[in-house]
Amino acid sequence: MDKDDTLQQALAAQAAPDAMLGAMNGTMTGAQMVIQALRDQGVTHIFGYPGGAVLPIYDALFQVEGITHVLVRHEQGAVHAAEGYARSTGKPGVVLVTSGPGATNAVTGLTDALMDSIPLVVLTGQVPSHLIGTDAFQECDTVGITRPCTKHNWLVKHVGDLSRVLHEAFQIATTGRPGPVVVDIPKDVQFQTGSYIGPQAVHHRTYKPKTDPDLGAIVRAVEMMAAAKKPVFYTGGGIINSGPEASALLRELVDLTGFPVTSTLMGLGAFPAARPEWLGMLGMHGTWEANHAMHDCDLMICLGARFDDRVTGLVKKFSPDSKKIHLDIDASQINKIVRVDLPIVADATKALREMVRFWKAQKHKVDAPALKEWWQQIDHWRTKKSLGYRNSETIIKPQYAIDRLYALTKHRDVYVTTEVGQHQMWAAQRFHFQEPNRWMTSGGLGTMGYGLPAALGVQMAHPDALVIDIAGEASIQMCMQEMSTALQYDLPVKIFILNNEYMGMVRQWQELLHGKRYSHSYSEALPDFVKLADAFGCVGLRADKPSELDDKIQEMISVRRPVLFDCRVDPTENCYPMIPSGAAHNDMILSPDDGGEISDAGKMLV
Amino acid sequence: MTMHDTKIKLSDETERHTLTVLVDNEAGVLARVVGLFSGRGYNIESLTVAEVDPMARTSRITIVTSGTPDVIEQIEAQLRRLVPTHKVTNWTSADTGIEREMALVKVSGTGEKRVEALRMADAFRARPVDTTHSSFVFEITGSPHKIDSFVDLMRPLGLVDVSRTGVAAISRGPEAM
Repeated sequence: MDKDDTLQQALAAQAAPDAMLGAMNGTMTGAQMVIQALRDQGVTHIFGYPGGAVLPIYDALFQVEGITHVLVRHEQGAVHAAEGYARSTGKPGVVLVTSGPGATNAVTGLTDALMDSIPLVVLTGQVPSHLIGTDAFQECDTVGITRPCTKHNWLVKHVGDLSRVLHEAFQIATTGRPGPVVVDIPKDVQFQTGSYIGPQAVHHRTYKPKTDPDLGAIVRAVEMMAAAKKPVFYTGGGIINSGPEASALLRELVDLTGFPVTSTLMGLGAFPAARPEWLGMLGMHGTWEANHAMHDCDLMICLGARFDDRVTGLVKKFSPDSKKIHLDIDASQINKIVRVDLPIVADATKALREMVRFWKAQKHKVDAPALKEWWQQIDHWRTKKSLGYRNSETIIKPQYAIDRLYALTKHRDVYVTTEVGQHQMWAAQRFHFQEPNRWMTSGGLGTMGYGLPAALGVQMAHPDALVIDIAGEASIQMCMQEMSTALQYDLPVKIFILNNEYMGMVRQWQELLHGKRYSHSYSEALPDFVKLADAFGCVGLRADKPSELDDKIQEMISVRRPVLFDCRVDPTENCYPMIPSGAAHNDMILSPDDGGEISDAGKMLV
Repeated sequence: MTMHDTKIKLSDETERHTLTVLVDNEAGVLARVVGLFSGRGYNIESLTVAEVDPMARTSRITIVTSGTPDVIEQIEAQLRRLVPTHKVTNWTSADTGIEREMALVKVSGTGEKRVEALRMADAFRARPVDTTHSSFVFEITGSPHKIDSFVDLMRPLGLVDVSRTGVAAISRGPEAM
């Protein structure tokens, strides 16, 4: 297409009333197709930042109603906000950014979403087709850069392909194992006119994820469960991603069996922390009882988790005497880290529904005497009280701060996001979730700066809920420009900083592994967070003493504005319990006095 | 020669496997496959790719890789996970395939060595496709192992250059992959 044509079409598009969308026998510009596809996919919120290569789409967006655009301050913030939106609603998060730096700034968020299986549709503008490959202004090889950090991506070269690709993008992002996708749209394609086709007309040639379980495997699974003497459910983010029904079915399966339940960081909330079968989180900072149950069990029922290195510890010594059932929607997770006895490749909801049905239909009974003995063992492990800490009357312990935050907010409609580090682990250990989709944290990638933008996405979807970003003073500085977004959209998120003046988890590892040489982990030259909140038009609060903590938290909750809470905590506190790198589940340390000799091999691990 | 011949034990644990991936011939599909191997630290010993059905827009990628049985299993699963993948076949595990590689081998020399090179080529059913007074280019087809042997024999006889296609594989009998 030459420049004159492009210009003519641009002018025509501008002149056309917004009623043009979806009319005119399905003929419209590429930019209008984008908006129409978003509407047809039920999108109500998008997170983005304009720039030269997406101006036609922004122009089409300007002329329609029903889609709320959230203008972030940095494209990384847009992607994390979309992740928060997706994780708290179960719907895909949608992002719109420009070419070049717009796309490269989105890469961290894309990788984060890929690691945690979060459905995102990210639309990027691209320089006009005839400039691709010429090192044009704000050009980058977006599909090349994002290929390894997306589930799939496309460069749309012809407007005739655009609506099909957009609908495929939503299908691929949201079905099977969810994940982020990128659709890169050159500017000339946004101006060109073509025929729009709706989502129903799109059928992918190759992508057909398997979601129905093999019933033979289900029958074997329930037989193994009925025969188990020391069983444990090890559940993960797959239960959350499968939808609330999977959580309900997990509860029903536990009602039927009375088996103990532990969960990964990603799966918290799928099973209520208030129930007696709950062992707490497992893994590197998991509870004594959860990790020992995993180590000593005779049947491990892994539901939607992937044997991450933070969960397994030393793989060679991982749960040596158990039979293992592994339910996952992604066949490539089976036998990736740990070889299992019974794989079930299916959607968690469908598989759990069949497990419940077959358990009832075949009138299975648990081995009650064995299970009683197993629970006695678990209760004995529980007496270790591995999440215990020594409180202080003069200085706020970070654990105490989380305990009070939980106690003062648990009766509310509360959603929690986090940054990454010690505060994240304390939050995971001590903020108890009863429902799925309430906990948004960067698990796989461990992205500092995730929590604040994610909280904005959550608050956007749940305007009346209490949304708290549990943060550290180092992490929060990585995306703190988004406080400005909070103000613009009247999003009253609460940023609760456990300020210990250190990158706490880095300092903890330097203490344990590097002879207390605290190389560059001290947070020097910190801003005055209260004044900073003021400068952003938000509310700043500070607590220095345990005695003032409750009142300040109450104040934070009651003010209907974004709050930056500078909670000054003990700078020396470490996060326990801990499985040191290279150790097994039953080789935990509970406190600094535990010694915890770390092997040379362990020091090599991250 | 059957696939079985390539099931060479490289060490106690590492095995060499020949895989074929049938993919939609869309932009960047080869980069996806190659990026999967480099990104996850898998080996590629040879790789052959071409469109095989222009009407159906499918391409066939044949990869010779090596790894422990666990790694090979992961490679297959990861390849199946790629969105444009139609089908993945492991010829080495299935033991039902035929594999062939073609090579062009240039040898330069005169006198006795030149005669010997031609004699060897004949024994290997390699065909001269370019001839000058001082050189030959031989075309040879066979298993990678056969081509290795031929190239080794040509080395002392004035080997100048080798161009290999990588392995192409197909199943025996009337069925498609």
